[in-house]
Amino acid sequence: MSDVSLTVNGKRVSGSAEDRTLLVHFLREHLGLTGTHVGCDTSQCGACVVHVDGRAVKSCTMLAVQASGSTIVTIEGLANGAELHPVQAAFKEHHGLQCGFCTPGMIMTATDMIARHPEGLDEATVRTELEGNICRCTGYHNIVKAILAASQTMAKGSKGKAKQAA
Amino acid sequence: MYSVNYHRAASVADAAKLLKNGDAKLLSGGMTLIPAMKTRLAAPSDLVDVSRLKDLQGVKVSGKTVTIGAATTHYDVSTDEKLKKACPALAHMASLIGDPAVRYKGTIGGSIANNDPAADYPAALLALGATIITNKREIAADKFFKGLFETALKEGEIVTAVSFTAPAKAAYQKFRNPASRYAIVGVFVAKGKDGVRAAVTGAGEDGVFRSKEIEAALAKSFDASALDGLKVPAKGLMSDIHASADYRASLIAVMARRAVAAANA
Repeated sequence: MSDVSLTVNGKRVSGSAEDRTLLVHFLREHLGLTGTHVGCDTSQCGACVVHVDGRAVKSCTMLAVQASGSTIVTIEGLANGAELHPVQAAFKEHHGLQCGFCTPGMIMTATDMIARHPEGLDEATVRTELEGNICRCTGYHNIVKAILAASQTMAKGSKGKAKQAA
Repeated sequence: MYSVNYHRAASVADAAKLLKNGDAKLLSGGMTLIPAMKTRLAAPSDLVDVSRLKDLQGVKVSGKTVTIGAATTHYDVSTDEKLKKACPALAHMASLIGDPAVRYKGTIGGSIANNDPAADYPAALLALGATIITNKREIAADKFFKGLFETALKEGEIVTAVSFTAPAKAAYQKFRNPASRYAIVGVFVAKGKDGVRAAVTGAGEDGVFRSKEIEAALAKSFDASALDGLKVPAKGLMSDIHASADYRASLIAVMARRAVAAANA
């Protein structure tokens, strides 16, 4: 057993877990944050993607104790109260989900992807970058559309903020 | 996953000490080890985490000498501005490993210590004539990669960095398995001061290897046309449900031509 201390969605949390406990199970079972899903359990599907110290990683392929000391954002930490994050809003608007199981991972991957491409995204880049996220409903078309739309919305938003700052 | 004891090493020396616990294994990015533990293909008693050691992180470029810390992630290698200038081929190669989430965690040291026969880094380091630096010694890439998942590393030895002289020209091309996305064949070519070296991953029965045929042809002229009609022997290549040895041999020539064209572009 080890002590695990994390900052999750802005809150400091700690608990005790077996060393073999995966981060995804710690989030779901110890912290009750069940938005992060376990899809394949073989590190392929990306339903478990969360941000650890600002990087989108697969929480089923990391031990909770390995993450101890890190800052984590899960799907529950994206929205601002009742106001959806622009990527969440775009998935809703463009019907970027069917059964919804892969959606948390898709959205966490997408927010990271958009942040890494401030110059903007094109369809080919989005499809390549989604390599680690599997949608079993095969609803990729609208997922890609939603990510492209969110990328544009967020670029406009940040330009607006830059203007305000100036 | 079987029960395991996790240790976070405070230094390389500390890691070496902790490795003496039971059947301990080093943990870096964990992108191969943790999935293997989940399926119980690996069951170390202890894990010694070296991924947070600052001494093992980062890319240094000094003149033509490139040194990359063993715990530098694929993402950090692929986006390093100094490396993109000194050896863009290696940065590009790192951007092709796994998927974005894997590249954020997986490390160069972990990849070469594991020496998966379809991993990309072994081909790059062999073609670049790199030196693998451990806590005990320096090992030439030619002597480091021994076979399938086998390296020259001794019990308790820890890879701390890799180092190489930036080549004049280099490139990597791979043909992926459409499902796993691992290389069925990957070829890294490099033209440096000691001539041309070409290394092949994904295809050899004994893991990564240098192709004498490609190197001899490119020594005459470092141009894709020098490889026209090149026959790579199928002997010693893997045959599996994904590709026969003959097909892999043919792909090696194709990937080599593409790599040389990319290196000259």
